[in-house]
Amino acid sequence: MLGTLHKNKKAQIFLGLLFGIAFGFLLQKGGATDYDVITGQLLLTDFTVLKLMLSAVIVGMIGFHLLRNFGYVQSHAAEGSVGSNVIGGLVFGIGFALLGYCPGTVAGAVGTGALDALFGGMVGLLIGAGIFAEIYPLVKTRILRWGKFPAVTVPELLNLNLWIVIILMEVFMIGFLVLLEYYRL
Amino acid sequence: MFEFFTDALWSPYVAGAGIGILSCFAFLLSDRPLGCSTAFVKARGMIGKVINPDRISRMEYYREIIPQVDWPFMIIPGIIIGAFISSYLSGRFHMSWVPGIWGAEFGYDPVIRIAVALAGGVLLGLGARWAGGCTSGHGINGSIQLSVASIITACCFFIGGIATALFLFRVIGA
Repeated sequence: MLGTLHKNKKAQIFLGLLFGIAFGFLLQKGGATDYDVITGQLLLTDFTVLKLMLSAVIVGMIGFHLLRNFGYVQSHAAEGSVGSNVIGGLVFGIGFALLGYCPGTVAGAVGTGALDALFGGMVGLLIGAGIFAEIYPLVKTRILRWGKFPAVTVPELLNLNLWIVIILMEVFMIGFLVLLEYYRL
Repeated sequence: MFEFFTDALWSPYVAGAGIGILSCFAFLLSDRPLGCSTAFVKARGMIGKVINPDRISRMEYYREIIPQVDWPFMIIPGIIIGAFISSYLSGRFHMSWVPGIWGAEFGYDPVIRIAVALAGGVLLGLGARWAGGCTSGHGINGSIQLSVASIITACCFFIGGIATALFLFRVIGA
């Protein structure tokens, strides 16, 4: 039944819109569509963004792997490399700080009336995505595949049981949030 | 009950947990990680198709990420609508050119702010596609799946972001 839903293109367009609306609502309510909150995170004076992201990962990680255990979802984790993920991630980081939003929260900021997000951020993102489309054939076989990571998932990397890794990660993330609250960050 | 929806802000833990549940539903009902940056490739391709359809159809990247209205594309209009509903319900919607922290440090000239935001947007779009995802696609949904590449990417987002923000506000701005 889920397979039929996944292949139903019209239903998926509608679902995409619904997921977007719920995501935008939650991002705004969580404070993450606000330039000052995101920049405060990057200046290490306001930890709202990390609290929001880690809470999402803490809940999502358990939910996803329980669903996967019973065969309802499949993993989309893909191979990565230094050339793709580290270089791309650092370039993204520079843009993240200059703009003060990321690709999802920039759209959320537009919804709250931020005109710098609309005329600066969204236009810039379209240009940046277009530049990548232009250079893709040049970087695809060389830079993007350079320095492949040795494993796709953390359990494969550490050669540990999946649920042991999940428990360790959950303890680490919850512990980090407890420390943030302890030091009133 | 309704006050909950008109509150200006929720605890980031509550909103974050909601995003975690939403991500699970996206995997379940749509078999996709909830990501945002693919939509910008599709939108850019669709704009290109209006101007020069032959050229876009020849480009390899647009053969892999097809410029069409579909699930990944609809996420972005959805986010705009969702954030609008949320901010409107709490009376927080207001038009502004220059955000607070920026203005306090670099002044309230909208031209300077838009120019820097535009440059940031270009690097963000380039970097997101280079790394194959953004803060939600890699940072949240890749981490949920315990993807090594996604966790490393998310760390690089913040390493690059923190270094640049500190340089911008503590060195140039100081």
